[in-house]
Amino acid sequence: MSESSPRRVRVTSPRTSAARAQRVPAAREIDAQTRLGEVYMSSLLRSQLRLALLALATLAVFVGGIPLVFWLFPDLSAVEVLAVPLPWFLLAFAVYPFLLLVGWLYVRAAERNERAFTDVLDRT
Amino acid sequence: MTAAGYSVLGVTAVFVVTLAVGAYGWRFSRTTSDFFVASRTVRPGLNASAIGGEYLSAASFLGVAGLVLAFGTEMLWYPVGWTAGYLVLLVLVAAPLRRSGAYTLPDFAESRLESRGVRRLSALLVVAIGWLYLMPQFQGAGLALASTTGTGPWLGGVLVATVVLVNVLFGGMRSITFVQAFQYWLKLTALLFPLLFMAAIWLGDGAVSPASVEVGDVVGSGDSWVSPLAGAEHEVYTTYSIIIATFLGTMGLPHVVVRFYTNPDGAAARRTTLFVLALLGLFYLLPPVYGGLGRLYAPDLVADGRAESVVLELPARMVGGTAGDLLSALTTAGAFAAFLSTSSGLTVAVAGVISQDVMGHRFGGVRAFQAGAVVAVLVPLGLAVLTEGVGVAQAVGLAFAFAASTLCPLLVLGIWWRRLTDVGAIAGMLIGGGCAGGSVLATLLGVGPEGWAGALLAQPAAWTVPLAFLTMVGASLATPRRVPRHAARTMVRLHTPESVQLDRGAPPR
Repeated sequence: MSESSPRRVRVTSPRTSAARAQRVPAAREIDAQTRLGEVYMSSLLRSQLRLALLALATLAVFVGGIPLVFWLFPDLSAVEVLAVPLPWFLLAFAVYPFLLLVGWLYVRAAERNERAFTDVLDRT
Repeated sequence: MTAAGYSVLGVTAVFVVTLAVGAYGWRFSRTTSDFFVASRTVRPGLNASAIGGEYLSAASFLGVAGLVLAFGTEMLWYPVGWTAGYLVLLVLVAAPLRRSGAYTLPDFAESRLESRGVRRLSALLVVAIGWLYLMPQFQGAGLALASTTGTGPWLGGVLVATVVLVNVLFGGMRSITFVQAFQYWLKLTALLFPLLFMAAIWLGDGAVSPASVEVGDVVGSGDSWVSPLAGAEHEVYTTYSIIIATFLGTMGLPHVVVRFYTNPDGAAARRTTLFVLALLGLFYLLPPVYGGLGRLYAPDLVADGRAESVVLELPARMVGGTAGDLLSALTTAGAFAAFLSTSSGLTVAVAGVISQDVMGHRFGGVRAFQAGAVVAVLVPLGLAVLTEGVGVAQAVGLAFAFAASTLCPLLVLGIWWRRLTDVGAIAGMLIGGGCAGGSVLATLLGVGPEGWAGALLAQPAAWTVPLAFLTMVGASLATPRRVPRHAARTMVRLHTPESVQLDRGAPPR
């Protein structure tokens, strides 16, 4: 695996170092586990966790709420949608496109978060 | 030719094609990495079909239709939960788990928590859950073969175990990936094609609603068949307990988790999971329709206690003649595809863990994996032949509740909470697993009490899962000095995209 191969060592003339501007890339801040590196990492972690919790909350409210709604309003079971009883319509058909939609939106947003993180690291 | 003859032909065809497709994959299987994780080069489309093929077990193919036929709409929570479990997995686990770089779940546990103890305990749990899930597959195969061809109840299980073992021994994960991708599409066709004929007949008969007929049983008549709440007493608690067990248990199943290591990178793992969500949603549209039609055309199966065979028998009953026999043979073949694919995936997952954690010292690489596979199949096969009576759906439900109370908190907290310690993880898994395992065992043995206590024991997930999470968090907070030394570095490895050049620490082994 590439990770286990020895690090490439850059061999340069000592004279060039004086001319180059001193700046520390964000990636090295993270590698050195400095305060700033921690900030980069925790902002990525927090944005991904917030997104995950948002997706789970959507699932909990719209799918997890179904039993509660039918328990509070049992008459809803008699309602028919397209000649199918409402509980059956929700649980046998409608729920699957909904799950897929939540998953699709999540993947898009998660990849956007990662792109933002990569951009920040590249820019510095 | 008789109906049994067609079924034997269909099942034989599935066995032969499975071995042939597997043999195609044998040619590519050379290295240890091929055997364990197909060298991590499986693309999302193929990988998603393989995951779908592996995940849709006998419980999905036969069990869901039978449960819906017997108990009604509330049982739809099982397929919904098994699909939503993948959404939870996508959101919380998919990409970080792939990025961890571990081969198996114990590898992940050890590299994250830097502790051999956590590794041993999680290895034990993986093997236990795997066997718990394999046993009903072999039992189901025996029952299905017996009900369609009249052979002894043990033959089906032995046949399935043999075919699985041959494929795993020669090709490992590489070969299994091809087999399972093929079996997803076979299972979908096997349910969809007969359904087209049956739907036409149902429309011709005036499209009577399944909810409108009275079947002479206590639990599933009239209004209660339509209700989405489970059981007659403590219905809200029982329904939510099923929801928690299935939504959170999916990520703890060993054959589900091992699949994430076969993706090329974290982003591909996410896209694969999304693809799987689509494939599962597509498949789960079908079995409930068998249950609904079964209520109209085969209500006697409920009284006979054979509701689980509705998928196998309904086509022959509704269509009739040779065409009906052929369609029933098709669903029987699909059922065997379900037994084969799920058992293959579980065998690979359990064999990986056994070979690394038990046999790794004596044999090396591929040899250890093959020896592990033999043990992984023979033990649950023996259990399946020796014990009878535990229903397929019941044993599978037990596996989900157990996984949700043990490996789910380990994964979720390990990935998202830096301060998890090895002591916390072990305490949480022991308490969660002990409570979940103990209460389901009590129910199965019939020593559970009545009333509220009985409901709590029959579906324990709603209290054992929060208990496991709380124990893990509490015990970790009480042992702050045991936070792993490289926890920050491991978090970088789990969460940063692979395109960024970073020091991710040493990947596990």
